[in-house]
This record gives sequence, C-alpha cells and structure tokens, in this order.
Amino acid sequence: MPPLPRPRTPDTPVISLRDAALSYGDRTVWRGVELDVRPGEFLAVLGPNGAGKTSFVRALLGQQPLSAGTLTVLGRPAREASRHIGYVPQQAALSAQAMLRARDLVRFGIDGHHFGPRLRTAAVHRRVDEILAAVGASAYADVPLGLLSGGERQRVRIGQALATDPRILLCDEPLLSLDLHHQRAVTELVDARRRSHDTAVVFVTHEINPVLDLVDRVLYLARGGHRIGTPQEVLTSESLSRLYGTRVDVVRVHGRVVVVGVPDEPLAPAPPHHAPVRDGVRL
Amino acid sequence: MTTLADGIWQQMFNFDHYGELLALVRNSLVVGAALGLVGGLAGVFVMMRDLPFAVHGISELSFAGASAALLLGTNIVAGSITGSLLASAAIGVLGTRARDRNSVIGIIMPFGLGLGVLFLALYKGRAANKFGLLTGQIVAVDTPQTTWLLATSAVVLAALAVMWRPLTFASTDPDVAAARGVPVRALSLAFMLVLGLAVALSVQIVGALLVLSLVVTPAAAAARVTASPVLLPLLSVVFAVASIEGGILLALGSSIPISPYVTTISFLLYVVCRLAGRRRSRRWGVRATGAQPA
Repeated sequence: MPPLPRPRTPDTPVISLRDAALSYGDRTVWRGVELDVRPGEFLAVLGPNGAGKTSFVRALLGQQPLSAGTLTVLGRPAREASRHIGYVPQQAALSAQAMLRARDLVRFGIDGHHFGPRLRTAAVHRRVDEILAAVGASAYADVPLGLLSGGERQRVRIGQALATDPRILLCDEPLLSLDLHHQRAVTELVDARRRSHDTAVVFVTHEINPVLDLVDRVLYLARGGHRIGTPQEVLTSESLSRLYGTRVDVVRVHGRVVVVGVPDEPLAPAPPHHAPVRDGVRL
Repeated sequence: MTTLADGIWQQMFNFDHYGELLALVRNSLVVGAALGLVGGLAGVFVMMRDLPFAVHGISELSFAGASAALLLGTNIVAGSITGSLLASAAIGVLGTRARDRNSVIGIIMPFGLGLGVLFLALYKGRAANKFGLLTGQIVAVDTPQTTWLLATSAVVLAALAVMWRPLTFASTDPDVAAARGVPVRALSLAFMLVLGLAVALSVQIVGALLVLSLVVTPAAAAARVTASPVLLPLLSVVFAVASIEGGILLALGSSIPISPYVTTISFLLYVVCRLAGRRRSRRWGVRATGAQPA
C-alpha cells in the first residue's frame, strides 16, 4: 500500500479519555483513566481476565456507556465514530459462517450495514480484491469461511477491518489460538497498516511478547486500577506490584517479558483442565 | 401379492385424467411457486442463524392457530398466521441466546401441538381438513385463500429484500455488525416475525409436521455445494420450488397427501448436494486444520 500523506495535525488524538470510569453496579472495573491515543500510535491493552479489557473495547465501540468521565473518538462521542474504527473481534466458533466466503466477509466491512438492494457492485468488487491482495488472502478469497484455518481467517478479518480505511484499528485478542508463524504474520499486517496510513492501533491482548517490539505504550488494567506508559515504565516489578497490591516480579529473558506472581483474579474463570496459569507462566 | 403392490402403486402414482386435474390445481401451483420462493429464501437465514428447531416450534403453534380457525369457522390462513406470529415473537423476545431459545421452543412446541389437538377434537367437520393441517393438502387452496397466501408471500419477500444485506452481516458476523451500527437485536426479532409468516404459508401446503422440508432442507442442500451469496439463495429457491411443484404434480392423481412427495424430493436433492459437496470439501478441506466444515 502506498504511504499516504500524514494528517495535517499529527498530534490531535484520535482517542481521548478524561477521568473515564466504568462500573457495573457496585463493582468498579476501571476509573480515572486519562489517555490520549495519537495517530500511528500502537497501544497494547493488557491485564488479567475480568480486569475490564473487553469493557474497554465495548466503550471504544460506543456499545458501553462510561459511568463517569468522557470518551471521545475523533473528537466525537464514540457511538458516532464507529465507522472510523476497524474492529477485529475475538475469534468465535464460525460454523454458521461456513456458508459464506472470505471475500464476502471483507465485503461486509464495506457495505454490510446498508439496508436495501446492493448498488455500485463493480467498484465494491474491485475494492474487495484490492484488500484481499493487501492482506495476502487472494489465494483463498473464494473458500468458505468455515474451511479456513485460524491464521487465514484472521488475515481476512484484518482485511475486513481495513475495508473502510479506518483511522483506528481495534483488535481484541487477535492472536488467540494462532501459532507463532501466524502470530507474526498478523502483527506484521497490523504494523504495516499503522506505518503506511498512520492508523492508530489499540491491541487488546493477554500476551504482550508477540507485539513487544511494536508497542509504543501500554494500558495495563488490573484490580480496578491501571497503569499507562511505555512497556519499560509499566512492565516493571515495582509498577505491577503496586498495581496488584502484592509482590509481582517482572523478568526480562531473551527479549521476552515474563510476569510472575500475579494473584488469581477471583472473577476470572479458571482455565479448564490446566494447572493454574499466571500470566503465561505455568506454576 | 402383485395386486396388492399394484394397488399401492395406483394409490401413489396415478395419471388418469391428468389434464382435467391439472386445471383444478392451477391455484395450488401458483401458490406453490410463491411458497418455494419464500421458503427457499427464508431457509438461507434459518441455516445461517441455526434456527431449524425454531421453525418446528413455530409451525406447531401455527397449526394450533389454524385448527382454532377451523373450529370457529374463520379464515384458516389468518388463524395460522396469528399462531405463527405469536410463537415467533415469543421465541424472538425470550430466546436471544441459543440455549435460552431452544428451551423456550421446547416449552412452546408441545403447548401449541396440544392446543391444536384440542381444537381438532372439538371440530365436527370433515376429517380430511384436520389431517390436512398436519400433513398437507393441495386441493383445499381456493381463491380467497390464494389471495391471502400470495399477499403474505409478497410481504415476506419485500421484508427480506430490504433487510437482506444487514441481516446476512448480523447472522454471520454479529460482533462486527454490531460494531458497525447494524441493529442486530432488532433485525433478529424482525427476522423471527418474517420467519413466522413464511412458516404459516408453508403449513398450508405441506402441513405443520413437515415445514422443515421446505424451509430448511433446500437451503441446507444449497449450502453443501456453494458459498456464494448469490448462488446460495438462488439454488435454495430452485430446490424448494422443485420440491413443492414436483410434489403437487405427483400427488395430483393419487389418493395420498402431498407431503411425502415434497419431503422425498427435497430430501433426495439434499443427498445429491451432499455427495456433490464432498468434492468441494476435498478440494479445500486440506487447509482446515482447526475448523470443522459445517
């Protein structure tokens, strides 16, 4: 994709949270969040299950109102800006989707929300082909979705999210259940888009290592609190110990970050049939 | 032995006086075509949204409505539609999640069937009318009924035409559709009502027990051989129309209800598509490491 000229005001944030809080009844998921995400920035949203990562995604999409504070996306309330957010959802079981092809999913990204019969088909067709080529999915454009592998499907998903030329790319656990090779392919796609189009990336993940080199800043959510900063600032023993209120060790080995000692979240469902896993480290 | 077999054969397939009979069922053939169109198109979404059980549940309440109308001597199509809409609204409102939905249907279905049995037991008219509601009929389609059926078909087709695209989006990819501002919940309810109408129509021809053969089987067959959003509904309609018109033409001279012919044709079409679809899975199946072909 050819690089586009940078926006005139590169420093205007695309996402802006001021004293933002979200709670369900008595339970505060997070509060006091002050955050500006700028064009081209790569923000990783980290935290254990139940810390409010999904609520954060829903708030950005305008599906979950804040309980306090403000959230603006491109200077507007989130609900009005959803057109400018390319959303890559968590992988779900896709059996029903076996009825449609990869190219149809991308096409939904362009005009799936319109009522009434389809017009201007030729132009949309061309655009779908361009997108599929850009994410390297042309080879399986006509394969039913149900027959695609996880990695292939995720490429198509990213194509779908980019179909509207979004200013923000919002990915919710896009690497889940992908092998290393496909993890790398997916993160490279996301990063390429960010560099070529100055698209801001909000990347929700429970595992930072696959994207550690790309991340500009981290929003770490846990226990109703949060930390914002560069990975070097946030992912330290001191910072996370304070966030969790107990001793947590952050170790850097071979360029990877390993967090040890994160207490089990009472709200998090335990992974079935496994020994307790604490942030990627089996104990 | 031979005479018995000949007798059964005569009952099943008899083409004496075929031309005269054909003139009698012209209305049925017209309604059948409309029904094939409606069933074939609605079936596509029944498959995408995993609603076959809902179709069955709606059809039992549609049967209750129709038998109530029969007992009261009012319009049977209207009664059937009323029952259908009540059931589909209940399923749509109470059963948002798949698990809730199935239990709601499981509760509604026997209740509807029970009501229907009650009304039929109270009805003192022709027995053929009773049987027809459950297992189908053709000759009973008279001119005022034809008008009702065609008008309802037109409503269903218009509604589907308007919401086709966002409904497809919401059915296959609900999370992203919701993020893009598609009214996923409203569409889900709207489709349940449209489905209620489609089921009420199908009950008139194939009967309450066999609606699935018109609303599910053709779309399921089409889905085995294509994933194109144009070809899939087209094939589904072709299969549904072929089943129902074929069924009417074969049943015409026989003394047997129409439904076994319709269900057999649609089942055979499915078997053929399933066999043809195996080639497709082999061609592309190698890439499916984790994913199961539906």
